[in-house]
Amino acid sequence: MWITAGTGSASGPPDWLHYGSGVLSPAVARGAIGVAAFLAVGEVIGRIGLVARNYLPPTSDVFIALWRLMTTEDFGTDILVTTGNWLLGLATAVAIGVPLGLLLGSVPKLNEVSRLVVEFLRPIPSVALIPLAVLVFGTGTEMRVFVMTFAAVWPILFNTIYGLMEVDPLAKETARSYGSGRLGVVLRVSLPSAAPFVLTGVRLAASIALILEVTAELFGGGGRGIGTVVGVAIFGSGEKDVVLAGALVAGVIGLAANLAMEAGGRRSLVWAHQPGGGR
Amino acid sequence: MKTFLARWAVLAALVALWELATWRAENPFFPRPSAIAEVIQQRWLSGPPSQLFVSGIQEDVVPSLVRLLSGWAIAAVIGVSLGLALGRSSRLDDYLAPVLHFLRAVPPPALLPVFIVLIGLGSSMQLALIVFGVVWPILLNAADGARAVPATQVDTARVFRVSRAQWLLGVVLPSASPKIFAGLRISLSLSLILMVISEQVGSSDGLGRSLVDAQRDFSLRGMWAVIVLLGVLGYLLNSALLMVERRVLRWHLGSRAQAADTT
Repeated sequence: MWITAGTGSASGPPDWLHYGSGVLSPAVARGAIGVAAFLAVGEVIGRIGLVARNYLPPTSDVFIALWRLMTTEDFGTDILVTTGNWLLGLATAVAIGVPLGLLLGSVPKLNEVSRLVVEFLRPIPSVALIPLAVLVFGTGTEMRVFVMTFAAVWPILFNTIYGLMEVDPLAKETARSYGSGRLGVVLRVSLPSAAPFVLTGVRLAASIALILEVTAELFGGGGRGIGTVVGVAIFGSGEKDVVLAGALVAGVIGLAANLAMEAGGRRSLVWAHQPGGGR
Repeated sequence: MKTFLARWAVLAALVALWELATWRAENPFFPRPSAIAEVIQQRWLSGPPSQLFVSGIQEDVVPSLVRLLSGWAIAAVIGVSLGLALGRSSRLDDYLAPVLHFLRAVPPPALLPVFIVLIGLGSSMQLALIVFGVVWPILLNAADGARAVPATQVDTARVFRVSRAQWLLGVVLPSASPKIFAGLRISLSLSLILMVISEQVGSSDGLGRSLVDAQRDFSLRGMWAVIVLLGVLGYLLNSALLMVERRVLRWHLGSRAQAADTT
C-alpha cells in the first residue's frame, strides 16, 4: 500500500492499476463504479437539499467551478507555484534527510546518543511553526519550504536509518575485504540496498509536504498557490464550490505524484523487486 | 543506563549551545531558551503544590489533549474496522481503493470550510477534521496487514472452522497488529498537526488558540513556549504509545527473535 510505515515493503501497485492489455479488467471496472458512485452521492446530497446548496455544492457545481478556474490564466500559475514549491520542499527534505540518515545509520553510537533530541524535535507540529516562520522568512517560498522541510524530513530520515540496519552484513564485509573504505561501503553497498526504504520515506514525505504547502499558503497568507485561492474563497467570497474545486486539484496532484513515484520506484529499483531479493 | 545518560547529556549540551547562540545573536525572533522556560513556568507550572505545581492547563492543554486523543481514537476504530474489511475482501477493495486514495491525497486544511459549514464551528468540527486527517495511515496499514495473513493461518482457521468473530479477532487482527501500530504511530504525529490547525480556526481554547493569541500580540516568547510545549507533549504521547505497543506486541517481537535464533 502507499502508506507503509517504516517497513518499506516494496509491494506492487494497487490492483485497480493492472490494466489487462487494453481490456477493462474487473478491478478497473469496479474502481470506476466506485468513483462514479462517489460523485453521484455528492451530486444527490447537494441537489435534494439535505444540506443547503451553498454549504455543500453538488458535484456538477464543483466541476463547473473547476472549469471556470481552469480557464482563467491565473489558476495555471497557482498550480505551478504550488507544485514548484512542493518539489523544492521535498528536494530540501531529501537533501537533508538522506545524508543525515546515512550518517546516523552507519554510526550506531551517534544514532543512540542523538535519539532523545530527535524525539523532542520530531513531534513538534510544523503548522505551529508557521506564525514564527512568517515573521522570520516572510510569506514567500522560503517560509513554505522551511515548514515543509521540517515536517517531511522525518520519514526520510527514519526510513534511511531503518534501511541501513537491514543491510546484509555479508555484503558489507565482502566490500570491505575488497578494499572499500567506510564511505565506499556506505555509498556502494548500504545506500543501494537501503534504496527501497528510502523511497518509501520519500513517498510518505511527499504527501506530508503537499499538505504543509497548502496549509502554509492558507495560513501564511500572501503569495500565490492553490491554498491561496482556497483561502480567498474561505475567508473572502465564501464560494464553497471554488473551495472544493481547489481541494480536488490538490488531491489530484498528490495522487499523481504518488502514482509517478510508485511507477518510477519499480522501474529504477528493479533489483529490489526480484523474488527473494531486496525487501 | 550509560546511553540513557549520554542521550540526556547530548540534549542538555544542545540546549546550552542554543542558549549561547541566542545570547550572542540577540535576535528578537529567537529568544533565549531560558526566557522561553520562564514563560512556560509562569503559565503552566506556577500552581500550588496541591495541584502538583500545574496551573492554567484547563484552558489550553487539557482541551487540546482531549480533542487529540478522542479524534485519534475515533480514527483508530474506523480505520481498523474498514481496513480489515478492505484487506480481506479484494472486491470491496476494488470498489473503494481509487476513491480512498484520492481522499487521502486531499490536504485536510483545504476542507476546513466544508467542515465548518456542515458541522459548524466548535468541538465536533475539530474532531471531524482530525479524524478525516489521520484515519488514512491507520486504514491503509490495517488493510495491508490484513491482506498478508500467512496462508498456513488461513488454512488452519478454515480447517478448524472457527467462527467469524474468532477468525477476525483471533487471527486477522493479531496478524495485522504490527502494521496497525505502525499506522497508529504516524497518525499520532498527524493528530498533533491537525489539532493545532483545527484550533487556530474558531476555537476558544486549546494550544492552537494560544498560538494565535501569541501571534496577535507579537509575543515571540509566547509562540516559542507553545512550540516547545507541543514538542514535550508529542514526546510524552509517543513514549506512552511505544510502551503500549511493546506490551501488546510482545508475542510478535518474541516470535521474531525466536525465528532469528533458529536460522
